[in-house]
Amino acid sequence: MNQLQNFTKGFIRENPILVLVLGACPTLATTTSAINGLGMGIATTFVLICSNVVISLLSNLIPDKVRIPAFIVVIASFVTIVDLVMQAYVPDLYQTLGIFIPLIVVNCIVLGRAEAFASKNSVLSSFIDGAGMGLGFTLALGLLGAFREIAGSGAILGYKFIKGDGILVFVLAPGAFIALGYMIALVSKIRKTSK
Amino acid sequence: MAKSQPTLKNMILALTLIAAGSATGLGFVYELTKGPIALSILNKKLNAIREVVPEFTNNPHDEMFRLPTGEGDSLEIYPAKNNGEIVGYAVNSYTPDGFSGNISLMAGFKPDGTIVGISVLEHKETPGLGTKMTEPDFSGQFTEKNPGEFLIKVKKDGGQIDAITAATISSRAYCDAVQRAYNTLRKGGIK
Repeated sequence: MNQLQNFTKGFIRENPILVLVLGACPTLATTTSAINGLGMGIATTFVLICSNVVISLLSNLIPDKVRIPAFIVVIASFVTIVDLVMQAYVPDLYQTLGIFIPLIVVNCIVLGRAEAFASKNSVLSSFIDGAGMGLGFTLALGLLGAFREIAGSGAILGYKFIKGDGILVFVLAPGAFIALGYMIALVSKIRKTSK
Repeated sequence: MAKSQPTLKNMILALTLIAAGSATGLGFVYELTKGPIALSILNKKLNAIREVVPEFTNNPHDEMFRLPTGEGDSLEIYPAKNNGEIVGYAVNSYTPDGFSGNISLMAGFKPDGTIVGISVLEHKETPGLGTKMTEPDFSGQFTEKNPGEFLIKVKKDGGQIDAITAATISSRAYCDAVQRAYNTLRKGGIK
């Protein structure tokens, strides 16, 4: 597999949300608007890239028996860094994302990529894998957030284009499941026809 | 480099090194962000105070004092003074009854108890529904009203406030927080 394929696999073919369905909890909870989805995606991307690189660097140093605690410590450190930096420089976004920033630690995508990819591949490949997966995640969250914001509150990125309310269910939890379900169906259709 | 063997010594060494490395990194980032975090919290408070009381010349944050609510805790009161004369009080009030947890807001009163403005500091309400409490359509209903003669309750509860459509709980909680601010001020001997 060349590096370009390695990079783009996260977009559609192995998209963490739409195909692997990893990390669905923060996906459903934080995509109430496009900006929230993008913010969450970017924070996760940063953690993915950093933890992938560090774990790939250290993979020979870490004995197999203690690899999971070692990975978790590395991931948790980067999540805490993101948490502090966001609190300092983007307090409004930090407030809306709330508990889901610290919860990136337990996001299956991050540990999944560390275990399945970074611990077995070179530093460069791991970096590219982290970036691709992160962007795929951001893309899925951004689209889902945009759709829910447009349908639910009749606005995009905070700019309202209709008067009054949208279809309220889309900003609530059931709307997240419905929208994600249709997105997964659509992507699955695209993957089947392109084969 | 060969894969390190899972001996006890290697495992302890690897985990210790990783933990030490991450602790160092975190300490460094913490020191770096400590200042900006404190500043952004302070700015948020000062902006909120500025929004809810008449123009002032002092620094209300330095003259902050606490008054008991009568429910076992106390609220922060920020006096706003213009050339030494009290022009209003900003009360950092809260309610535990939000749709999803606490709502914290800054309510500003004139010395006679009339509401000047209200600004929400922290909330976890549903986006698109409860979050409308920060919009003037709702919060504007409180301005220039004196809770002494104006009942701060949603119409469903016999009050005079139009609740937000599909967010009655958030509206109720908002009223509760404003009422708590007013009660605390009054109990503290300030009308």
